[in-house]
Amino acid sequence: MKDVREALLNGLNSQGQMVRRPLSPHLQVYRPQMTSVTSILHRFTGIGVSLGAILLSLWLTAAASSARWFAFAQSAAASIPGMIVLFLFTLALFYHFCNGIRHLGWDAGYGFDLPVARRNGAIVIAGSVALTAITWIIGLIIW
Amino acid sequence: MTKINPIVIMRSPLARARGLGSARSGRGDWWAERLTSLLLVPLSLYFVLSVFLLEGADQAAMIRYMAEPWNTVLFLALITSLFYHIELGLRAVIEDYTHSEGRRLVTILIMRATVLFFGILAAISVLKLAFS
Repeated sequence: MKDVREALLNGLNSQGQMVRRPLSPHLQVYRPQMTSVTSILHRFTGIGVSLGAILLSLWLTAAASSARWFAFAQSAAASIPGMIVLFLFTLALFYHFCNGIRHLGWDAGYGFDLPVARRNGAIVIAGSVALTAITWIIGLIIW
Repeated sequence: MTKINPIVIMRSPLARARGLGSARSGRGDWWAERLTSLLLVPLSLYFVLSVFLLEGADQAAMIRYMAEPWNTVLFLALITSLFYHIELGLRAVIEDYTHSEGRRLVTILIMRATVLFFGILAAISVLKLAFS
């Protein structure tokens, strides 16, 4: 036994035998559900948007540096790999945006009923895909 | 006569000394995460709009855009709340998944320095564009 936490993992079962208390089931043994999948996606897209924010920072820095650097940044963004990265950034941003509003609802005490939470989750996924599609359609039309 | 039970402290003095129990801090961070997310609802839509307006722009157009006072202020508000929110979010992820205390400390320090660096870089760039 290393520490208090370790000691607390040992206990008596209903038969009075010493047992190691079970740990709560983790990701790999859990059937994916709307609530867990949307929660995990919230974290992944949050990390994605963080990486996107670095690109935003570099884009602004290029603009503040020189006309040539900004032209380079703009052409990099308009290249095929650049567009793929920007597409993923858009998707992550809109997912985190929609699910973030769902989280604010929970913080305010609304939407805890399971059927409601499941429906909200579906709306968030559909909404973020739709917003991404609309953004790219508008973006490509005015380009 | 009813007997009033004395208050019994179940926690051992050792647990107290080791700081076990609730975190006792973090209320401010919790609030800041919500407030920045509320701010980011309109600001991210403004950001998407700005990207539309700046598609294919050259540096001169970028300078004209950022020199508009509304755009300067909104971009600075966006950068501040975005990078603050990123710091809080990434810290929560690191705290959840880095179990070794030393590694957690180092990871959080590196993350904070990185977020601060790119946040300042973005803000200074906007200011430079706005005043050039």
